[in-house]
Amino acid sequence: MNRQIPLIVCFSFGLVMFLQYFSNHTISRSVNLAILDYWQIIFAFTLIIGVVSFIKVNLTKISRRIDRPYLIVGLLGMISMPFMALIWGIKADSPFMWMFENVQAPMASTVFALLAFFVASASFRGFRARSLQASILLGAALIILLSRSNLPLPYTEHLSELADWIRNYPSMTARRAILIGIGLGSLTTSLRVILGIERTWLGGER
Amino acid sequence: MDISTIIAGLLTLIIFTFLYKDNPFYKMAESLLIGVSIGYVLVITWTNTLMDMLFEPLFQNAELTLLIPLLLGLLMLGRFSNKTVALSRIPIAVMIGSGAGIAIPTMLYNRTIKQLSASVMPLFLPDGSFNFSGIVVIVGLLSTLAYFYFSREHKGKFGSFAKLGTFFLMIFFGTTFGYTVMSRMSTFIGRMEFLLSDFLKITQ
Repeated sequence: MNRQIPLIVCFSFGLVMFLQYFSNHTISRSVNLAILDYWQIIFAFTLIIGVVSFIKVNLTKISRRIDRPYLIVGLLGMISMPFMALIWGIKADSPFMWMFENVQAPMASTVFALLAFFVASASFRGFRARSLQASILLGAALIILLSRSNLPLPYTEHLSELADWIRNYPSMTARRAILIGIGLGSLTTSLRVILGIERTWLGGER
Repeated sequence: MDISTIIAGLLTLIIFTFLYKDNPFYKMAESLLIGVSIGYVLVITWTNTLMDMLFEPLFQNAELTLLIPLLLGLLMLGRFSNKTVALSRIPIAVMIGSGAGIAIPTMLYNRTIKQLSASVMPLFLPDGSFNFSGIVVIVGLLSTLAYFYFSREHKGKFGSFAKLGTFFLMIFFGTTFGYTVMSRMSTFIGRMEFLLSDFLKITQ
């Protein structure tokens, strides 16, 4: 029963959402919108589970003296945001938004920028023209990089045209083939889920 | 210089210290970033989803249909105990089932039919000239699909055709790599600009 009821619920909701796609009736539209809202609300509750798990894991590690100062800073950072939101609100000039603009956003974008160095170092080690395929990859990347840089190169205009052509035709066609593969894969997986063939999402036997 | 710029600048510098090597200051900033990000998402989700979409309409406007997602959300909290973990499968079933139901027509239309139709181009342009790019697109699409077709061994003519697909895939990976590097570089330039002009006041 623990597994049968979720399977029936999954089948019912899957069928309803599939069928509503073929109907423009007001009730069908409103059912669709309501279920999409339900999604967001359930997702919010899953976030609560995630946050509680984060706190539990961190507290366990702190009690075992593993990376204690860092975990305390992380927990304080997490607790401070709801605390500030509760007291001063989340309007534009609030301390909550100040933390977002001057602590979170600069650090997040700097971590993102750090990847430029790691990508460069990885490509330096990995980009060896060992085979025809590797040479094509290297060539395509170089053309894109050079065409988008401001270096005073000869034939800059032609390089830019070539980069646009590569992006719009050979690169785009491979992207489309990948998208078609993803589409067909998602389609079959969705069918398997709705029909109860794919049951891994049910988890363990409890 | 105001305190906001000093803090943002110091945190930016601390994150950049990782380029030298991993150090306690970086670890501290990393933990702070994780904590603050979780706290931010939690507050925004609470305000925009739970308050605006659930509690306010339910308790102020008495929209009783919202009891359904509230009940499903509470069932999700069953994951906290081994005795009630089975209850959490019902909201998961709602999300997985409805997601799968939406995915079938959406994936079929957007990811398959639309992509196929966009790949079919006229071989001759209005001025009568041959459309070389159109041939590249068709050959590229078919050969790349052939590469992903594993129900037949990649040997002989089919194998050669599938190998042609790998060339198109390499071009795609190369261009994607190029654009990824460019986007990371532009973010890096932005951070350096902030450090040099706003924080250190070296440039204007």
